[in-house]
Amino acid sequence: MGRIFSGVPLALFASFTAAQNQVNMSPGVTEIGADIFELHMLIMWICVVIGVAVFAVMFYSIYAHRKSRGHEASQFHESTKVEIAWTVVPFLILIAMAVPATSTLLEVYDNDEAELDVLITGHQWKWKYEYLDETGENISFFSNLTTPQEEIYNTEAKGDHYLLEVDEPLVIPTNTKVRFLITANDVIHSWWVPELAVKRDAIPGFINEAWTRVPQEGIYRGQCTELCGAYHGFMPVVVHAVSPEEFQAWQAAKRGAAQAESQLALQTLSADELMAQGKAVYETACVACHGAQGEGGIGNAIAGSSVVMGDLSQHMAIVAKGVAGTAMQAFDAQLNEVELAAVLTYQRNAFGNNTGDIVQPGDVTGMNNG
Amino acid sequence: MGDHHHGPATGVTRWLFTTNHKDIGTMYLWFSFAMFLLGGFFAMVIRAELFQPGMQLVEPAFFNQMTTLHGLVMVFGAIMPSFVGLANWLIPMMIGAPDMALPRMNNWSFWILPPAFLMLASTLFMEGGAPAFGWTFYAPLSTTYAPPSVTFFIFAIHILGVSSIMGSINIIATVMNMRAPGMTYMKMPMFVWTWLITAFLLVAVMPVLAGAVTMMLMDIHFGTSFFSAAGGGDPVLFQHIFWFFGHPEVYIIILPAFGVVSQIIPAFSRKPLFGYASMVYATASIAFLSFVVWAHHMYTVGMPVAGELFFMYATMLIAVPTGVKVFNWISTMWRGSLSFETPMLFSIGFLVLFTLGGFTGLMLSIAPADFQYHDTYFVVAHFHYVMVAGAVFSMTAAVYYWLPKWCGRMYSESMGKIHFWISFIGFNITFFPQHFVGLAGMPRRIPDYALQFADFNMMSSIGAFIYGASQLLFLYNVIATIVSGERVSDEKVWDGAEGLEWTVPTPAPYHTFEEPPLVSKPAGTF
Repeated sequence: MGRIFSGVPLALFASFTAAQNQVNMSPGVTEIGADIFELHMLIMWICVVIGVAVFAVMFYSIYAHRKSRGHEASQFHESTKVEIAWTVVPFLILIAMAVPATSTLLEVYDNDEAELDVLITGHQWKWKYEYLDETGENISFFSNLTTPQEEIYNTEAKGDHYLLEVDEPLVIPTNTKVRFLITANDVIHSWWVPELAVKRDAIPGFINEAWTRVPQEGIYRGQCTELCGAYHGFMPVVVHAVSPEEFQAWQAAKRGAAQAESQLALQTLSADELMAQGKAVYETACVACHGAQGEGGIGNAIAGSSVVMGDLSQHMAIVAKGVAGTAMQAFDAQLNEVELAAVLTYQRNAFGNNTGDIVQPGDVTGMNNG
Repeated sequence: MGDHHHGPATGVTRWLFTTNHKDIGTMYLWFSFAMFLLGGFFAMVIRAELFQPGMQLVEPAFFNQMTTLHGLVMVFGAIMPSFVGLANWLIPMMIGAPDMALPRMNNWSFWILPPAFLMLASTLFMEGGAPAFGWTFYAPLSTTYAPPSVTFFIFAIHILGVSSIMGSINIIATVMNMRAPGMTYMKMPMFVWTWLITAFLLVAVMPVLAGAVTMMLMDIHFGTSFFSAAGGGDPVLFQHIFWFFGHPEVYIIILPAFGVVSQIIPAFSRKPLFGYASMVYATASIAFLSFVVWAHHMYTVGMPVAGELFFMYATMLIAVPTGVKVFNWISTMWRGSLSFETPMLFSIGFLVLFTLGGFTGLMLSIAPADFQYHDTYFVVAHFHYVMVAGAVFSMTAAVYYWLPKWCGRMYSESMGKIHFWISFIGFNITFFPQHFVGLAGMPRRIPDYALQFADFNMMSSIGAFIYGASQLLFLYNVIATIVSGERVSDEKVWDGAEGLEWTVPTPAPYHTFEEPPLVSKPAGTF
């Protein structure tokens, strides 16, 4: 407890005036974001003006009409004229508010004529991005939180983008109308980037639409905003907006890397290569539920597990297909053959499991086909 | 006093078998206060974890159990039963009736509550933990992905619903049939009016909630797919059903609070309530509108734009009758003869802070802006301004106002004022900064947050500890009053108080109005 509270005076009095304490909505970088911001400020100021006027009357009354000042109560208790006025006037103010609200809403809903479609799928607890391409050569990848457990559990200093950093961000071109098709694989999530003013629920069985056109290059960060289970707070959204040329180059590189990976799947890898990559995969895909030392948590323990140390095909089936009705997902949709082989090898040899089994990408391919 | 044909039984059976509206009201009030402390304890765990970034005290899964139970216990265990308790004590005394119309059902509707909450709280000790899907329990997180304890949660909700429906039927039957001669509907005190309307809301929407949890039960145990997309069901259907219950529910919570404030402000302004008739119509309008605005909780689910526009316009309309009420309260104070005893302080606190929550509600009703506000701390700040500074402040005001009539002893005015100021300041330190972090982009229901939110979260936590501690002071004040408060024997404890409950002896005897009084003048006039 001492450690938790020792920082109080310092944090309160030293850093409180720091510019990092944003108190208002971000106008963001997009046209819609600016429109929403203006609407927000307009409604807020109308509320402030009404509030100040109404409470000025109340506080004047509290000051002037006190019993302790000898004020005698008058006994009036109705006035049809006044009552009609304060029903009609607010109604007119509301109509004035509804006009800009309606036009902004129609803009938000204008999903037509997108130049690029990205399918966003919420998974517990990561986002999958898939660029839909008419050629059929879709680029697809998962975007995982990279903040290390040590920072979350306070054994290491927290980085600048604590909890808002991922291994692979969504990359989109600037000045291009990008349409997001948003869905989910398990429970409901919600994809939000405040600076783009895009928030849409990701719902299993539904595909929601949203869009953006980002005028300037930059990195925009957001989070899942619908409670989606234990690690709801740990599935950030990071968007890189790059120039269209840079985006083309990035796409080409991604396609090249995908081909190289499929080549790799045909090869035989060394135990060291598998273990190294397996560790990396474990630390993004498995660690949240199964623990940094394989000790378990939400999921079962990996260390000493009879499944992991037992029959390979059963172990592989659970990792690839998941366990229905539990948080254990089907990882064949998320990991390629090399990654699956590596993580199986790692689990069977790390944490004192030491089975000595080596799983090759070809074994996984065979299993999936068989 | 000598002709008391029977008084209360003695010992525990008095409380177990009682059909007396005052005893049952007392039990409801104590039970709800116990639940308020329990839900408050969960809130303290939440705020302690959020004191600093990083995980310190609890694990993320347990944090979600805390937010879920905090919401459920506060809404269903603290606020709703507290107003039912108040209704039990006051409605018969306000309309000149000897008791509630259905006294045995009254006993039953209270006594099924403690087992229901015992069952809900026991889920904390079950394998897989307590429900962790938020008090709004959206499917499929609450069905396919729920811990096994969800079944106990479903049965607890069923029992709470049964209790609420029985309580409301009782109130409707009492108000409709047992008013004293001359007590026409438009002479009833505002508190009775707001509760009558609330009771109709409860009877209308509690079965809808029961339907939602029953469908969950079927999905979980009997292979149906109401809410599972994989089986042809619809997860969004759950949200429509839930909020068809949930939006009237927030008015169920706030309307009786309006009623309380409409009793207290005139008493300490020594002036009749301004615009009694328009208050009644405004309350009825709010109740009606509450049925056609539910999807404003769902602006981001991907509704067609026509749906969004309908729900936006309907929601904005609620500002009109709510505004009428606020204007009426302030006009009641205008040119009155004001004094500021503790009940009045809490009522003015209610008026200011509830209105602030109303303004943020209006902002949230604007659908395009809601794309930025939705599911952030801005929403958390908004509904705590209406739920805590609204319902809880009003309930606190009610306790200070009527406690002397109930127990024949006066609370300590200075202690009451200290309680008010600590509550008021603590509340605002807790919840005002949450507007800021919400607008700056902090989602709700997260156990850990990015570094730019750290300072305001620490402030919020400190405020929460202050506000939490002030409730222990409240408990002390109530007990000290009952045990050793200065005795009062005036029938009218407050010189400005109006209404039949102030015509019976102080403390109110076990049976009142065995002979109906004759009511001639309208409610609230001098």
